[in-house]
Amino acid sequence: MDEKLNQLKINKNAKQIKAEIISNKKVGPYHHMVFAVGDIALSVRPGNFVAISVGGENSASILRRAFAIYRATDKGLLGGTVELVVAPHGSGSKWLCSLNVGDFVDLIGPLGTAFGIPTTPANTMLIGGGYGSAPLFALAEMLKNRGCRVDMVLGASTASKIYAPLEGKRSVSSLTLSTDDGTAGVHGQITESIPRLIREFNTEVIYSCGPMSMLSSINKIAQDFDLVHQCSVEESMACGIGVCMTCVVPVRVEDEIKMLRTCIDGPVMDGAKIIWDKESAIEAISK
Amino acid sequence: MSTLDFSTKIASRRFSNPIFTASGCASSGQELSQFFQLSEIGAVVTKSIMTKARNGRITPRMAETPSGMLNSIGLQGPGIDVFLERDIPWLVENNAKVIVSIAGENVDEYGVLARRLRSVQGISAIEVNISCPNVENRGQVFACHPDTASAAIESVRRNIGGELPIIAKLSPDVTDIVEIARSVINAGVDGLALINTLLGMVIDLNTMQPKLGGKTGGLSGPAIRPVAVRAIYQVHQVFPNTPIVGMGGVSNGRDALELVLAGASAVSVGTATFGDPTAVIKIRDELQMLLLERGFSDFRDAIGFAHRASS
Repeated sequence: MDEKLNQLKINKNAKQIKAEIISNKKVGPYHHMVFAVGDIALSVRPGNFVAISVGGENSASILRRAFAIYRATDKGLLGGTVELVVAPHGSGSKWLCSLNVGDFVDLIGPLGTAFGIPTTPANTMLIGGGYGSAPLFALAEMLKNRGCRVDMVLGASTASKIYAPLEGKRSVSSLTLSTDDGTAGVHGQITESIPRLIREFNTEVIYSCGPMSMLSSINKIAQDFDLVHQCSVEESMACGIGVCMTCVVPVRVEDEIKMLRTCIDGPVMDGAKIIWDKESAIEAISK
Repeated sequence: MSTLDFSTKIASRRFSNPIFTASGCASSGQELSQFFQLSEIGAVVTKSIMTKARNGRITPRMAETPSGMLNSIGLQGPGIDVFLERDIPWLVENNAKVIVSIAGENVDEYGVLARRLRSVQGISAIEVNISCPNVENRGQVFACHPDTASAAIESVRRNIGGELPIIAKLSPDVTDIVEIARSVINAGVDGLALINTLLGMVIDLNTMQPKLGGKTGGLSGPAIRPVAVRAIYQVHQVFPNTPIVGMGGVSNGRDALELVLAGASAVSVGTATFGDPTAVIKIRDELQMLLLERGFSDFRDAIGFAHRASS
């Protein structure tokens, strides 16, 4: 059953390389960074992530940091590249953002599951919170090329924290913005606009990426409308390659609850199968 | 160029080199095998297995600390049936030397696990984890008391039969680790694994609550290395003939050599693998170079070297 599936899912295409930074630009509160990764770019699918060592050789930060891939290009002027959108929040991401073009980082990728693509054209809605929008643009392009309708909804606490680059919008049928403080688009939480938009666009499939609380709210809506919901989750991760067992989420597998690794069985998971409520999760796993 | 005999022995078993994975830091080997051949390291020490499948603790399970991390996994695993059916054959097929780590909730569970493993082909030793800090009740940490530690080991000894070496994994969170070592040696272990993680806690200043779902966790990484060196040194001094698998914050060849000089016959690499999946290979190569630079032709001559009177 799923054990067999798990073995197939272990990141067979992942490689560990020294990747050169070929661009590092500040975009609002974020950094858009481009890395030369050679062949790795060939096997990247929307939803995959990379794990990067931070802090330099003598750093007290011993764990890698995981970043969702914004875009991968397999044949640019400099060979294959992956692009990331990095928010300099903690010491690791601040260190990464402070690096210069020409510096190298220790990078492993591509890791994790990718967004599933409908086999026949469907009306899709892509929902991103903050820089969680990053992996959705490559997905939008792929969906559009498969004949899907792509409605994108991006939210953040304030206008500057919405990541929506111009080139990313090309594949989108509609773009709705939403901010908690009303500085851009609809005033309010991103989830408040979703039911209206689902009715308006006849949405059939939802893709989401952002904070867990947002994903949980979106999942409730998806269930109310009986829609497929693929979400990219985040949980504290130590290794990114499946050995440490820290990044798990409780997931319903047949009639059991299992703690599945978000680095191997995720980050993209079926929202309907995740146990979102903490109390239920505690109850389920203590059985 | 001079050559080095890099092999080591734990009781009756020989290993091609002294660098192992640490239990709980390599799962059952498959994830790491895409980065290097498992046969290139001395042994794969599997994640501690229990009789039944186990979900482990609630998240968050991890908190990074300066030069270390806390984990609070709680022995998540597939249970002995799936492990024997799926993981062991895969490891054997991939030519890995295997040390199986076992954990029990009570003394009998250790015996049941030993009985299940006694006739399994392809296993080089059993690590008896009596020191996992991530259990609900501190009383379940068998390695905290000489009596419970020896009871767990006796249960394994009675059921294991044959010649499979038993290695007891001890906790440094005790008043006198030498006394615990003495109790398990008297109960019949062939080797010791030193050290398990130290119990720790991080409080999140945003929520003002413990950061880990399980509140406490096991501290690992370079932050604990001096504790490992001390524990190995103390135990080797009293029991120089009991082989020690040393572990605790080893992240390069220099660190590995330090544990060997303190008295370790082999060195397990744990948390360093989380930061770098090929850490074991780099550490193996660096240790080999460091030994050659110091004029050693046999790895075993370096074991416990720090105990020799300086001239």
